[in-house]
Amino acid sequence: MSAVQIPKSPKVILGASIIGFFTLMMIVGPYLAPYDPSATNFAPNLTPSASHWLGTTSLGQDIMSQLLTGARATMVVALVAGLVATFLAIAVGVAAGYLGGRADDGLSLLSNVFLAIPGLPLLIVIDSYLPSGERSNAFVIGLIISLTGWAWGARVLRAQTMSLRNRDFVEASRIIGESRTRIMVAEIAPNLLPVLASSLLFTILYSIGAYVTLAYVGLTSTSVWNWGTMLYWAQANNAPLSNEWYWFVPPGICIALVGTGLALVNFGIDEFINPRLREGGLSARQRRRIGMPRRPRLGFTPVRRLPETITRLSTMEPR
Amino acid sequence: MRMLLRRLSLYVVTAWVAITANFILPRLMPGNPVETLIGQLQGRVSPQQVRAIQLAFGMGLKQNIVQQYFGYLGQLMHGHLGVSITLSAPVSSILRSAVPWTVGLIGVSTILSFLVGTIAGTMLGWTRGSRFDSLIPLTTFFQAVPYFFLGTVMLLIFGSNLHWFPVLGAYSSNLNPGWSWAFVFSLIRYGELPVLTIVLSSVAGWMLGMRNMMITMVAEDFVLMAVAKGLPRRKVIMHAARNAVLPSVANLSLAIGLVVSGALLVELVFNYPGVGNLLLQAVLNEDYPLIQGIFLVITMTVLAANLLADVMYFVLDPRTRTEAAV
Repeated sequence: MSAVQIPKSPKVILGASIIGFFTLMMIVGPYLAPYDPSATNFAPNLTPSASHWLGTTSLGQDIMSQLLTGARATMVVALVAGLVATFLAIAVGVAAGYLGGRADDGLSLLSNVFLAIPGLPLLIVIDSYLPSGERSNAFVIGLIISLTGWAWGARVLRAQTMSLRNRDFVEASRIIGESRTRIMVAEIAPNLLPVLASSLLFTILYSIGAYVTLAYVGLTSTSVWNWGTMLYWAQANNAPLSNEWYWFVPPGICIALVGTGLALVNFGIDEFINPRLREGGLSARQRRRIGMPRRPRLGFTPVRRLPETITRLSTMEPR
Repeated sequence: MRMLLRRLSLYVVTAWVAITANFILPRLMPGNPVETLIGQLQGRVSPQQVRAIQLAFGMGLKQNIVQQYFGYLGQLMHGHLGVSITLSAPVSSILRSAVPWTVGLIGVSTILSFLVGTIAGTMLGWTRGSRFDSLIPLTTFFQAVPYFFLGTVMLLIFGSNLHWFPVLGAYSSNLNPGWSWAFVFSLIRYGELPVLTIVLSSVAGWMLGMRNMMITMVAEDFVLMAVAKGLPRRKVIMHAARNAVLPSVANLSLAIGLVVSGALLVELVFNYPGVGNLLLQAVLNEDYPLIQGIFLVITMTVLAANLLADVMYFVLDPRTRTEAAV
C-alpha cells in the first residue's frame, strides 16, 4: 500500500506540495528568520517593506521573523498531538472492532463519551488548571490536545475493523490457525492503512486548530512563538480594528493553508477508498481521454482504473 | 426505541464523566492554588471571595473526599454552581443571562449551515464531475480557517471598512431588550455577520459528506428504477437525497460539539454577550467556579442537542425503529 497508489489528481498534488512547504518551514523556519522574533528594537507599526517583509508589530517586533519562528511550535504540537491521538485511536478502535462483545461495549462507550463532550471547552478547562510553567511546554499541550482528539479516529477504525473481521481472507487465516495477534497485524492492519492515514490527517488538522485556539485565548505561554500567539498579540493590540492586516492575516492564512493541504490529501485517500468518488477530480479533457462519458449517467458511476491497483483494490471494495 | 434508549444512557454516562472531571480536576492542581489566587488578587479580597475560592478547590472543608463528592452532586441537583470569584454573584444567575444568546446564535447557524450544505451537496453530487466540483477546494479552505480568524477578517472587511453590517454586541446599544420590532430587527442585523462566519466555516463538512453520499446513492438500483419509471428529475433527486442524508443526520450529533467549540470564539471576536465570551473572561481572570459552571452548562446543552439530533434520525430513518442499530 505504497504512496504510489494514491490517485494522482491535481488536488492531491497541490495538497502534498502545501504540506511539504510547511514541513520545510517547520524545519528551517527558525534559522531563516531575519531577526529575533521577540526583539523590540524596531520602529512600531511599520507597513511591509524590503527590510521588514511583513512590517512590524506595535511593540516593534519583526512579523516575518515571528511567522517563520512560529511555524515550528505550531507544527510540532500538531504532529505530537496527531501521532499520540492516532496511537490511542488504534489501540482503542482496532481492539474494540476486533475483540467485539464486552470489550467492544466498554471501549465504544469510552470513545463515545469523549466524542460527546465538546472538545474545546474541555481543553480550556484542563489547560486553565495547568501551572503556568507547563503551559509553555509544547509536549504537555500536545498530550492534552491528543486526549480530546482521539475518539473520532477510534470510531472510524472500529467500524473498518469490524467490516474487515468477517471478510473471507480473514476467515481463511483464522481457519488455518493463525494467531490473533498475527491476524490483527498481518491481515487486518494493512487494510486499515488508508483509513488510518485519513484519521491521522484529520487529527493533525484538529490539533492545529486546537493549539492555535488555546494560544489565541492566551492559555499557552505568550512568550513561545506560534501562529496562535501572533494572533493573540494582534488581537490584544487591536490590530484588526486599526487595519494592520499584515499583522494578523499572515498567520491566519498559514493555518488555513496547512489545513487545506491536509484536507486535499485526505480527498485523495477518500478517492482511493471509494473508487466511485474518483472521477470527480478529472477535467473534461482527461475524462474524454480515458473514455468516460461526458455527462454522468445514472445507475452507473464510471470508475477510473489505476493499472497497478486493480488487484489490490479488489480486497478493498465493499461487498 | 432501543436505539434512543442506548443513546440516552450514553449521554447520562457522559454527563456523569463531565461532572466528575469537574470535581476532580481542581483537586489535582499542584501546590496551594487558593493562596496563589488570593495572592494574585493583592489583598482586594472579601471573606466571601476567599470562601468561594476555597470551595472551588475543595479546601477548608471538614469532610473527606467522598462526602465532598456527594455534597457536590447534591449542590448540582439544586442548580447551585458555586459563586464567581470576580463577579461575586452565583454562577447560575450569571449563566442564565448568557446562555440564551449562545443557544440562539449557534442554533440558528447550525440549522442554516446544515440546510445550505445539504442542499448544495445534493446538487454537487447530482452534477458530479461538472465545473462546480472546483468549489470543493475553496470550501475546504474556509473550513480550515479557524472560526475566530475568519470572524476577524469578516469583521474587518464587512464591518469596519464597508459598514455593511453593524458589529460588536448583539443589538444596538440605544435599544432596550424586549419584544419590540425595532429590537428584533436590530437583533437580526447584529447577528448576521457572526452567523455568516459560523455558516461559512462549517458548511463545507455538510456539503462534502452529502456530495459523497449522493454519488454513492445515484449508483444504486432504486435510483435507476425511479428514472426508469419516468419520475420527474426533481423527484428522483429527492428520492436519492432522502437516503443520502442519513449519515449526515447521524453525524449531526457529533458535529454539534465541533461547531460549539468554534462558535464560542466567534462570540469573542464579535463581542457577543454569550457563554463563549464569558468563558474567556473567566479564563483570563482565573475565575475557576465560573469556568467549571460554564463547562458543565456547555456540555449539558451539547448533550441535549445531541439527543435532539438522535430523535431526528429516528424519525427520518424507519429502519432504526425496528433494528437496534448504531
